[in-house]
Amino acid sequence: MILDRRRMTALIGQGGSIFVTLFGLLILTFVIGRIMPADPVRAIVGEDATREVYETVYRQLGLDRPMWEQFFLYVRDVATLDFGTSIRTGQPVLTDILRVLPATIELATFAILFGAIVGIPLGVLAAVNKDRWADHLIRVFSLMGHSMPIFWTGMIGLLVFYAWLGWVGGSGRMDQFYIGLVPERTNFLLIDSAIAGEWEVFRSAINHILLPASLLGYSSSAYITRMTRSFMLDQINQEYITTARVKGLSNRQTIWRHAFGNIRVQLVTIVALAYGALLEGAVLIETVFAWPGFGSYLTANLLIGDMNAVMTCVLVVGVIFIALNVISDILYRVFDPRTRA
Amino acid sequence: MSDPVLDIRNLSVRYAGAPGPAVRDVSFTLGRERLGIVGESGSGKSTLGRALMRLLPSAEITAERMQFEDVDLLNATERQMLKVRGRRMSMILQDPKFSLNPIRKCGDQIAEAYRTHFRCRPAEARQKAVDMLEAVQIREASRVYDLYPHEVSGGMGQRIMIAMMLLTDPDLVIADEPTSALDVTVRLEVLRILDGLVREKGIGLVMISHDLSLVRNFCDRVLIMYAGRVVETLNARELDQARHPYTRGLLAAQPRIAGGRGILPVLKRDPAWEEEPAR
Amino acid sequence: MSDTLPPQPKPKSPQWVTATGNILRFLFRQPPSAFGLVVLVLLIGSAVLAPVLATHDPYVQDLTATLLPPSSAHFFGTDELGRDVYSRLMHGSRITLTIVFLVTITVGPIGLFVGTVAGYFGGRTDTVLMRLTDIFLSFPSLILSLAFVAALGPSLNNAIIAISLTAWPPIARLARAETMTFRRADFISAARLQGASPARIIWKSIVPMCMPSVLIRLTLNMATVILTAAGLGFLGLGAQPPLPEWGAMIATGRRYMIDSWWLVTFPGLAILAVSLAFNLLGDGLRDALDPKQMHRR
Repeated sequence: MILDRRRMTALIGQGGSIFVTLFGLLILTFVIGRIMPADPVRAIVGEDATREVYETVYRQLGLDRPMWEQFFLYVRDVATLDFGTSIRTGQPVLTDILRVLPATIELATFAILFGAIVGIPLGVLAAVNKDRWADHLIRVFSLMGHSMPIFWTGMIGLLVFYAWLGWVGGSGRMDQFYIGLVPERTNFLLIDSAIAGEWEVFRSAINHILLPASLLGYSSSAYITRMTRSFMLDQINQEYITTARVKGLSNRQTIWRHAFGNIRVQLVTIVALAYGALLEGAVLIETVFAWPGFGSYLTANLLIGDMNAVMTCVLVVGVIFIALNVISDILYRVFDPRTRA
Repeated sequence: MSDPVLDIRNLSVRYAGAPGPAVRDVSFTLGRERLGIVGESGSGKSTLGRALMRLLPSAEITAERMQFEDVDLLNATERQMLKVRGRRMSMILQDPKFSLNPIRKCGDQIAEAYRTHFRCRPAEARQKAVDMLEAVQIREASRVYDLYPHEVSGGMGQRIMIAMMLLTDPDLVIADEPTSALDVTVRLEVLRILDGLVREKGIGLVMISHDLSLVRNFCDRVLIMYAGRVVETLNARELDQARHPYTRGLLAAQPRIAGGRGILPVLKRDPAWEEEPAR
Repeated sequence: MSDTLPPQPKPKSPQWVTATGNILRFLFRQPPSAFGLVVLVLLIGSAVLAPVLATHDPYVQDLTATLLPPSSAHFFGTDELGRDVYSRLMHGSRITLTIVFLVTITVGPIGLFVGTVAGYFGGRTDTVLMRLTDIFLSFPSLILSLAFVAALGPSLNNAIIAISLTAWPPIARLARAETMTFRRADFISAARLQGASPARIIWKSIVPMCMPSVLIRLTLNMATVILTAAGLGFLGLGAQPPLPEWGAMIATGRRYMIDSWWLVTFPGLAILAVSLAFNLLGDGLRDALDPKQMHRR
C-alpha cells in the first residue's frame, strides 16, 4: 500500500515534469514564431501589399494585442488542435502533417532497424575485443557514419547505386508511373500496397526505401555501437560473468546469454532515443531523395517563411521526442525485474 | 590418500603488464579432502583459484605440472576446459549480490548449470534445481526458484550459489571467500551446509579465505600464502605449532573471546619471507 | 574578506605548456587522433594561407571555362560559372573555421555558466535551469536551428547564432553533472569556510575541474557544428551564394552532379574529413584526459 502511494507520487511527479516541458516547448515555439524578427504578416501578404491589407492581416493575426494575450490565444489554439492554415498548401497544418508523417515514419523505422541490426552486434564485438584491431576498426567505421554529411552521402549514393549501378530505385517513394495506383488508406506505402495486393508497387517501394534508409541507419548506428560497447564493457567485468564461465558456458554463450541479457533494457532506451535523432537526418535525406515526408514538408515551408507550418512542425518533433523519452522510460520499467517490484 | 584430485607443481601466474608474478612457484596436492588457503588480500590466493579454473585469459601461467585427475590443466584446450568447468570442477564466488545474474531467476541460473552439461528436458532440469535448493536447506524451494537475486537475502543467495555449483556433482570445488560478504549470523550456517554436502558427496574442497579460525574449523590442511608464495603448509589441527613467523604473526593478530583485552599485536613483515623457500 | 585568503598557487605557464605538450604527444602516438590533428593543422593552414594556396580568385567567374573536369590548371575542376573549385574549397575552410570558432567560444562559456551555477546552488535554481536545458534538449539540434534561422532569416551569421542557441544544453548538462560530484568535496567546503564568495568558488575551483570534460565535449561538438552548418548551407539557410561555404557548394553542384561529379565530391570529402578529424580528436582527448586511463599506461 505504501509502495503504491510512492509509485503514484512518482507517476504524478513524472507527469508534472512532462507537462512543464510541454509548456516550455510552447513558449519556445511561440517566441520563435512571434517575437523573432521575421515578419509573419509579410509572409502572408507578400512584399508589395498596401498598407490597409497589411493592417487588416496584422489585426487578424492578433498581433495588435498584448504579448501575454497572444500567448494565451496560441495556447488555446494548440490545446484545441488548431494549428492554423499553411500558406503554401492552403490546408490546415495538422492535416498536412498527418498526411506526410507516415512516409517519414516508414523511412525512419527501416533506418532504425538497419542501425540496430548493424550497430548492436558491432558494439558487442568491439567490447569483447577491447583495444584490439577489431575494436579500432569498428570505432573508425562507426565514427565515419557519425561524421558524414548525410545529404552528401545520399547524393553520392544515388549517383553510384542508382545512376551508375542501377541496384536501387531513384528518388521518391516509388517509380513515377506507379504514383496514384494504390489507394491511400494509411499513407504507409508498404502497408497500402500490400493491402491492395499491388506487389509491383510494393517491390518498387522497397527498392526506393533501401538506400535512404540504410544511409540514415548507418549514421545512427554510430551512436548505437558506441553505447552498446560501453554498456557491454560495464557488464563484462561483473562477477556474474565469472559465475557463468565457472558453470562451463563458452565465451560466446556467456556474452550473449548473460552479459547481453543485462544490457537489453538499456539498449531499448538507446534505440528509442536514436529513433528520435533520426528525424534530424530525415530532414536532410528527404530533401535529397525527394521523399514526400515530414522533412520535405518542413524545408519547403522554411524556404518560403511559412512560420505557422514551421512552428507546428517543430512542436510535433518536440512532442515526438518527449513521447519517445516517456516510452523508453516505460519500457525500462516493464523489462527490468529490479524496477518491477 | 587415494589418487590426488589436484597435483600442482611450481605454478606461477603473471598478469599481462604486471611487473612481477602474482603467484610464484606454488606446489601442492589435493586428495578428497578440504584444503584451506589463507593469506591477506593481495597475497595471490584468489588468483591461484582462478588460474586453476583457467579463467585468466590475459595472464601468463607457467608450471611444471598442473594435473586435475586425468586432465592436464596446463595444456588443455578451451574446448576441453568447457567440459571440465562446471561439471567436474566448480567455484563458489564471494558475494551473491554480484555473482548472480541480476535479471534471471535464481532457479533458472541453477538449472542452467545442469543443462549446460546434461541433455535433458527443461522440466527435468527444474526438478533437479528444486531438489538441490532443498539440499541446501531452503524451505519452499519451488517458490524460491522463481525469485530474482535482488529478492533473496545474502545468506540465501550464497546457498543458491552453492546449489548451483554442487548440482553437477563435481570432484573439486574451489570456494573463494564463500562467507566473507555475509552477515556474521549466517556465516556458520552456510558453511555447515557447504561442509555437509562436501563430505557427503566426497568432493575435494579448496577453501580460500583470510580467516584463520574459520579455516581451522572446516579444513584438514592449510596453506599459508604471502606475496604470491606458499610460506608454510600445516595440518589444521597443528596450526598452533606453526613455525613461520608470518603464520605466527597472523595467529597472534587474531582476537580471542577468552583472551585479554589488550591491544592486538601488529604484524611485522620481513622482506626475506618473499624469497626464502617454503617450509 | 578575500584578502585573508592565502595566496593561491598560480599555474605557471611552463607547467601549462608541458601539460599541453604531454597531451599532444599522447594524441600523436595513436594513429586515429594523429590523423585528426593532422587534418586540423591542414584546415588551419589552408584557412590562414588561403590567398597563397588558392590558384584562382574564388569569386571570379569565367564563362568560357565552366564545368571543366579536374586538371593541372584546375585541381578539382571548375563549377557552373567557371570558378575554380579547389580555390573555393581553400577559402571555404575560412568559413568553416570561423563557424566552429564562434560557436565554440559562445557555447562553452554559456554551458559552463548554466551548468556550474545549477550544480553549485542546487535546489530551485537547479530545477529552473535544468528544466530550461531539457526543453532545448527535447529537439534534435538541426531542427531547432532550422526554426531559429527561419525566424531570423537565412544568412551565415544567423546560422552561427542558431547553432549556438541549440548547442549549449549538452555542455550545461555535463558541467552540472561534474559540479555535483565535487560540490560537497572538502576543498570546496574549505574555500567556503575561508569566506570565498560563490562566484569566486565557481570560477576558481569548480570551473577548472570541469574543464577537461567540457573541452572533450566541445571538440566532439565541433563535428556536429560543422555538419549542422553544412546542412543549413545545403538547405539554403546558411551561408548564401556566392560565399564558398562547403554545404552551399554541394547544394549548387547538385544540379550538375550526374555529369560533373567533382562539384559535389570534393566539398563533401572536405566536410567528411574535417568532421571525422574532430570526432577522432575528441575520442583521443577522452583517452588522454581520462585519469583512469592514464594510470594504466
